Amino acid sequence: MNRFAELLDRLAYEPGRNNKLRLITNYFRIVEDPDRGYALAAITGALSFKHAKPGLIRDLIAERTDPTLFALSYDYVGDLSETVALMWPKSSERPLHNNPPPPTLTEVVTTLRTLGKTEMPRQLSRWLDDLDETGRWALLKLVTGAMRIGISARLAKTAAAALGDKDAHEIELIWPGLSPPYLDLFAWLEGRGEKPVNLDPAPFRPVMLAHAIEDADFANLNAADYIAEWKWDGIRVQAVSGRDAQGQITTRLYSRSGEDITGSFPDLLPSLHLRGAIDGELLVVRDGRVQSFNVLQQRLNRKAVSPKLLKEYPVHLRAYDLLADDETDLRDLTFAERRERLEAFVKKLGDPRIDLSPTIAFDSWERLAAARRDPSGAGAGEDSEAVEGVMLKRRDALYLPGRPKGQWWKWKRDPHVIDAVLMYAQRGHGKRSSYYSDYTFGVWTGAQDDAQLVPVGKAYFGFTDEELLQIDRFVRRNTTEKFGPVREVVHEPDQGLVLEVAFEGLQRSTRHKSGVAMRFPRINRLRWDKPPREADRLETLERLLKGPVLPEPAESGSD
Amino acid sequence: MTAKNHGHTPYINNMRPQDILTPQPAGLCCKPGGFHIDPVRPVARAVITHGHSDHARAGHGAVLATQETLDMMRLRYGDNFARSTQAVAYGEELRLGDVTVKFHPAGHVLGSAQIAVSCENTRVVASGDYKDAPDPTCTPFEVVPCDVFITEATFGLPIFRHGDAADQVEKLLASVALFPERAHLVGAYSLGKAQRVIALLRAAGYDAPIYLHGVMEKITHYYQSRGVELGEIRPVKGMKKADLAGTITLAPPSATSDVWTRRFPDPVTAFASGWMRVRARARQGGIELPLVISDHADWDGLTATIQATGAGEIWVTHGQEDALVHWCKTQGLAARPLDLVGYGDEDGGEDETASTESGDA
Repeated sequence: MNRFAELLDRLAYEPGRNNKLRLITNYFRIVEDPDRGYALAAITGALSFKHAKPGLIRDLIAERTDPTLFALSYDYVGDLSETVALMWPKSSERPLHNNPPPPTLTEVVTTLRTLGKTEMPRQLSRWLDDLDETGRWALLKLVTGAMRIGISARLAKTAAAALGDKDAHEIELIWPGLSPPYLDLFAWLEGRGEKPVNLDPAPFRPVMLAHAIEDADFANLNAADYIAEWKWDGIRVQAVSGRDAQGQITTRLYSRSGEDITGSFPDLLPSLHLRGAIDGELLVVRDGRVQSFNVLQQRLNRKAVSPKLLKEYPVHLRAYDLLADDETDLRDLTFAERRERLEAFVKKLGDPRIDLSPTIAFDSWERLAAARRDPSGAGAGEDSEAVEGVMLKRRDALYLPGRPKGQWWKWKRDPHVIDAVLMYAQRGHGKRSSYYSDYTFGVWTGAQDDAQLVPVGKAYFGFTDEELLQIDRFVRRNTTEKFGPVREVVHEPDQGLVLEVAFEGLQRSTRHKSGVAMRFPRINRLRWDKPPREADRLETLERLLKGPVLPEPAESGSD
Repeated sequence: MTAKNHGHTPYINNMRPQDILTPQPAGLCCKPGGFHIDPVRPVARAVITHGHSDHARAGHGAVLATQETLDMMRLRYGDNFARSTQAVAYGEELRLGDVTVKFHPAGHVLGSAQIAVSCENTRVVASGDYKDAPDPTCTPFEVVPCDVFITEATFGLPIFRHGDAADQVEKLLASVALFPERAHLVGAYSLGKAQRVIALLRAAGYDAPIYLHGVMEKITHYYQSRGVELGEIRPVKGMKKADLAGTITLAPPSATSDVWTRRFPDPVTAFASGWMRVRARARQGGIELPLVISDHADWDGLTATIQATGAGEIWVTHGQEDALVHWCKTQGLAARPLDLVGYGDEDGGEDETASTESGDA
């Protein structure tokens, strides 16, 4: 448990993806079975046991510490698990030597699976006695189910794959058939065993991704080689149906990284009654019209789905590829061939919840550019609000996992752009810890002669390394106040820095003072030439807003 | 020690501890002795516990301190930091006015002392900053029996338990081994902490050169001149970026998030401080490798020391006074917070000097 705790501790502070990978792979290398397998399960969220309630933890610490000292400590630390981990008194009944070894992760996980509710407090306090501060912290995070360490399942699988010089795709393929502590997986990765076989009747297949196209790319591309479709602003899903050993149809929905999200979308499952694997976009469709991503967000990241939600936000699958038809794997066919099979498959399904992603007719890049500029006039009609650009797919592209070069391209519609004024700058993390690289910017509001800046967003990328240096220098020389790692930067009508900010969309927000929240904001350009008084006003943003006030969005991932 | 002597002159009879040492805006004042301890404003006669800048300031008339503390003040402020100085050794007793003064090792940094002030049968000990944990760079802390113990409370909450510093250095070395292409940058206070971290690295068997930020060079060389073994120390200035891969550099905390760090290849930012026990503190500072190494007593150290002194009355100063005063009362000890201002904790304070000097350090 202590080694797992050390790993979690280190990961919690490490900002760099590659460094996180190194730490996890190193852990898998030095820690033996079955501990490392349970660690992989803990990180990927594959463990299931009844979580301990915070109240139980409070009771445990209350029995052992002075209430005033606990209150002062909790107030200082601000996190219950951490306070308890740090304050937990050393057990005085215990002899100094011959202490039992601290529990292993395996012991903790296997015990928790079968532990009765009444036994929990005593078991937990025994473990807390035996562990050190970091161990206690990790244990409490684990048992309360609050292990937020910023590691995706995908990253953990990539780290495991590195152990055997394998690709994460290979693990994703066999993952649904594996279970903790993954002895067969590690045996294979270390060259001691056969590759585990995925016996799942509805397995995930690693997805194919597109590159963002640049203007210069078109010169080398021939329009006739490509099929174009709208890029829908929903979430990428893979819908797979298969027959299990008993001959029953099993249907699963996967996210683009292979997470099983079937439980969130029960309304779509009956429509997927034929064996096969569809690659497509999950959208909310009301009265035949595709709704915006903001609307779809109401259905994302929910464990329980109420009948009301199902009725008001009906989901729909817009199919753009077919990876398997009945028993046959189609990934070795060309896109044009797969598209034909897909058309037949969707027709056979005959379900209004599943339709074909329409293609866009074009014979030159100019024609396609025109369609991208005006989707509603080029076939998207009333759904054009939900179109965020066009997709280009080579007719002869096989279905390859990852982001193969030159096969699929995404050509997003031009972002919205506003001129905003830099108000605050914060130091970045990791490589950027010596740079002020996170910027809060605002636009003007109020009467012309008494205008105030109101913050409308935050951005920390989009600029070049050279521009970062320039902004950093500007921030250091124009600081008006410091709040820890944050600096307030001069923002007067005639003094300050105007940032051209690009963003994908806007929605109302109750969390921000300005009442708006931007989607995917980034610094597009530095407007050294522009005085702050000429930056945009809040009304400009408000004009972009349509639709109702929505609660805060769940985490998104739309492409 | 607690038995009071009755008889003698009425003056002595009325001598209460708060008459021996009294908090004043300038610092803790000993009226019967005619001096202040660690005054924050210029005074005629100052008795200094240790060399950290919030305790040892320039501009006093006469200064009494250990030789090391006087040397450190001279390094920082120049030769004329006081009109006159007098060096005192640990265990040496001096008569000042109506009191006797005796210096005892505080274990905080090189030359740090607790100051025992005795008047007739009452002894008050002002501990300055102290720690009871082992430290190869200074004389170990010594418990001084007394009637009134004045304790610091920098880490005066039961969440602060520093653990074994050697384990933290192992953590640092494991990281250096795992990321040989990156530089490790360890934020540490220039006086005391930096040298202790170096000594701990040496004790762990690390024998490669250790690099230093410019502002730490003088004080580190001073430690070496006093016989503290630190192995090969090099200035980081002038080093090529690529050559710093796999190395360890010590720098003042404020420099580790400064432009200065751009000379290092993909640096791992560590920070050696007792504050690193609290995750929010470490994250706020953008620290990637928190090292819980402190030169102050932790909660267990504070409470054990208070009990060991046998003092019936505890005065608590700079830090988390409330919790420690509360604890003393639960132990049946008279306790009160002492309102002294001007003492920071060396790791917590923004050390802006380092960042301004760092441009070229």
